[in-house]
Amino acid sequence: MAELLLELLSEEIPARMQARAADDLKRLVCDGLKAAGLSFTDARAFATPRRLALVVDGLPVARADVSEEKRGPRVGAPDQAVEGFLKGAGLASLDQAEKRDTGKGEFWFAVINKKGGPTADALPGVIDAAMKALSWPKSMKWGSGTMTWVRPLQSIVALFDGKVLPGEIAPGGKMAPIPFGDQTRGHRFLSKGEFKVTGFADYAAKLRVAHVMVDPAERKKVILEGAQKLCGEAQVTLKPDDGLLDEVAGLVEWPVPLLGTIDPQFMDVPAEVLIVSMKTHQRYFATTKGDGMLANRFVVVANTIARDGGRTIVDGNERVLRARLSDAKFFWDQDRKEPLTSRLPALAKMSFHAALGTQYERVERLSSLAMALCEREHSKAFIQVDGSDLTKAALLCKADLMTGMVGEFPELQGVMGEYYARHDGLPSNVARAIREHYSPIGPSDVTPSNSISVLVALADKLDSLVGFFGIGEGPTGSRDPFALRRAALGVIRIIVENRLRFALLPILRHHVETFNEQGSVRFQAGAVAGRPLSGLRETTQHDVLIFLADRFKVQMRERGERHDIVDAIFSSGEEDDLVRLRARVEALQSFLGTEAGKNLLTAYGRAVNIVRAEEKKDKTLAGKIAGAPSVGALDQNEEKILATMLLELQEHFNEALKRDDFGDAMSELSGLHGPIDAFFDKVIVNTDDEALRLNRLKLLNQIRLTMNSVADFSKIEG
Amino acid sequence: MSNPSAARAKPTCFQELILTLQDYWAHQGCLILQPYDMEMGAGTFHTATTLRALGPKPWYAAYVQPCRRPSDGRYGENPMRLQHYYQFQAILKPSPPDILERYLGSLDAIGIDTSLHDIRFVEDDWESPTLGAWGLGWEVWCDGSEISQFTYFQQVGGIEVDLVAGEITYGLERLAMYLFDKKSIYELPFNSPDSDVPLTYGDVFLQNEQEQSAYNFQHADAEMLFRHFADAEKECARMLERKLPLPAYEQCIKASHAFNLLDARGVISVTERQSYILRVRDLAKACCEAWLVTQKPALSAAEGAA
Repeated sequence: MAELLLELLSEEIPARMQARAADDLKRLVCDGLKAAGLSFTDARAFATPRRLALVVDGLPVARADVSEEKRGPRVGAPDQAVEGFLKGAGLASLDQAEKRDTGKGEFWFAVINKKGGPTADALPGVIDAAMKALSWPKSMKWGSGTMTWVRPLQSIVALFDGKVLPGEIAPGGKMAPIPFGDQTRGHRFLSKGEFKVTGFADYAAKLRVAHVMVDPAERKKVILEGAQKLCGEAQVTLKPDDGLLDEVAGLVEWPVPLLGTIDPQFMDVPAEVLIVSMKTHQRYFATTKGDGMLANRFVVVANTIARDGGRTIVDGNERVLRARLSDAKFFWDQDRKEPLTSRLPALAKMSFHAALGTQYERVERLSSLAMALCEREHSKAFIQVDGSDLTKAALLCKADLMTGMVGEFPELQGVMGEYYARHDGLPSNVARAIREHYSPIGPSDVTPSNSISVLVALADKLDSLVGFFGIGEGPTGSRDPFALRRAALGVIRIIVENRLRFALLPILRHHVETFNEQGSVRFQAGAVAGRPLSGLRETTQHDVLIFLADRFKVQMRERGERHDIVDAIFSSGEEDDLVRLRARVEALQSFLGTEAGKNLLTAYGRAVNIVRAEEKKDKTLAGKIAGAPSVGALDQNEEKILATMLLELQEHFNEALKRDDFGDAMSELSGLHGPIDAFFDKVIVNTDDEALRLNRLKLLNQIRLTMNSVADFSKIEG
Repeated sequence: MSNPSAARAKPTCFQELILTLQDYWAHQGCLILQPYDMEMGAGTFHTATTLRALGPKPWYAAYVQPCRRPSDGRYGENPMRLQHYYQFQAILKPSPPDILERYLGSLDAIGIDTSLHDIRFVEDDWESPTLGAWGLGWEVWCDGSEISQFTYFQQVGGIEVDLVAGEITYGLERLAMYLFDKKSIYELPFNSPDSDVPLTYGDVFLQNEQEQSAYNFQHADAEMLFRHFADAEKECARMLERKLPLPAYEQCIKASHAFNLLDARGVISVTERQSYILRVRDLAKACCEAWLVTQKPALSAAEGAA
């Protein structure tokens, strides 16, 4: 057994691309090995800012010869089939194939002899192919070459069983080929010159001496532990940030965490601003004090061991931060000189989307939609809401987009709005709504629960859904430029988690009209050219509802609810009350978990199968068996009992449905299974008496219709 | 080759920084060119970069380019922003394999000691919508401060390059503030503080920033600038018809600067803005295409023969 070691050394690889590239390299090489018939026990890939490294263990030193047979088409088969066979088997003509009688006729056979031999012979091809297939999110040419890589490729270590593999990569043009070798380099500043490696253990050890930790997991650990130690000594706590940790580990080969201090003059700027500024511009970790408030220390991770212990580096970083935060403080001071309301005229000059008007038109719509939602919610959730506060929150929720701070740090939208609203003395729930109306942003984000926040958040998301679906910009495949999937999930979570009761369709329709009214005003004013005159698509509200239902379905499946039950509920069509929709799924799921539920499902299956079979034979049957059966015209006792029972439970059943009490409705139906079973034991549906036969089918059809008013049971797996 | 960092002591003022970089890159085999004598938004607009980056001929050059970004004016009140500033640009085409080492050598030359400082290459892709150009590279950080931009040109004027140029841009004022530990551009020593007449950057440029900011934001004649834009656009097309890419490209630079002034003057709406950028890009593209024809005589002769 032997080891393959591969290292691709280049100029600095963007941090965000490293992990994926290491994985891809591993996958591509492993696939190549498998295709070459080479087995191995383990493969591990690593990335640093300058290198991708891969080690594959347990490869055989040589492969045995293998002979493989492929059966082709029948002798005399059409040319096309023969050509396909020859191509697949790698043969030039039928002369290289042989005829064999299989007992079922004469067939062509290809015998492919794969030559074995030293594994080392196969590896250069595998490496070359993997490097060609590896795709970077962005790649480039360099020098006079034609090859593309993420940044200029500098050298390649390719060792098998301790020996250099033959081979090279040609960058093209007038550039010298990069040979496979056993030499690499260490840290850009802490190591000098090239050194030779003999295998992975030797490679990792020598790199460590040359100040490179090849494993990103180790670099992360060193950063985290080092940072925590520094924080402990300074009596502050590191603010965890996994995304930042990943990125920083991709910027250094030899991490050295250092502790810096934020100039106290900036500590009255909101913590969010300091954190964002430190993170996005400088990649610093923030720290907190015992009370959870932001502390005036930060952690910067250097990529070098400085001879003064890092004093110059800390000093330089503190200086940059001071300049950055002066900017932030400047915005903070400037922005508060103007009340948020004074930003509204500027919103009227800022486009939201060419076909959907300005940001001001958008907040006008939000205000009207939030009010409609407030009025139409029928479980009295919003009975306490102050209409003027709601309008204020909706109109001001985007005003901070026009402030200097949000211009500089777009990710602080909403957050700054809340600060500025409080500064202006606006009511607390209005200020909160300005921040919270963007929520929930991701699956781990909480949904708002404060009424005004809920209404504005819901309005904001529904406005995007209606607007973009209305101009035919709904998501397609993997493209979702306006984040409508996230908006839909937000709508669902807000409604379900707050148990809000709406009929969504009329609200969506109402909002389509709001858009159209705005559009016609704008058209008359001649303001925006190129906007569709016909307004939003006629089907917009249905498109949005279907999209919401689809997301709801996906979400429930992800939560592990039975997908057949979810499908059964959704196939009933135009349900537009998400809370009720969910209650149905839950009731049905728990009912079908009981003995009575399972029995009823079986009985339903028997009833529906026969109706369906008959419908198949006679296309006109559906019309003939619509409506209730006539109990008097039935013949046998069993069918009379069933029909009577169905009739009697109808009233109670409908009432339970009206109350949205699906559990009760289901248990009402569960009594039917005995009579249905008895019916099938004794009654033959298809008699010669056509009137009696139709009446029996009517009875069974009635059972189907009744049960389908809860869900389409035929979609449920027994 | 003599050691360039030994040739000159570490710079102590703005002009020595420029002289040191010129010296260093001259030793790397670069032509030392003088600034292009027209108003432009970045050193990239100099024909020594934009046009020379195209075509099959190798090209090593370095130069200082005064840059004008009218909307960055702050009437001399912001210590870190100017509407007129200097870039030092080095372009090496095709990019040599040791270009990063050469760049690091320039840091050493200007007095950045890598055994004390933390140098990083942080991903930064460059794109110039007006030039139809893009490349990949980094911003270079020294102790968290951006001190240079490094770009491998991939496309210029919408045309894929034949040879990849490595382009290094030093923002001289920012770099000087870092080297000489000044909080304000205006405090930078322009010549040596030990000179007979020691002058600061502010002594030289503060009044210029004040007056030019007033011009850019308040007094520039918008009607005239619109006219200039239209004239330059027309003249550019006319020169292209006459197969004179260099005069045509100068008109493109003029149009670009007129647009920047109009933008600062606040007379171009958001929607118009995009269309002006596209108009400049069309000019730049056409100039680059015309230039490229002049760079491949062998090819066109062969085509003519065939």
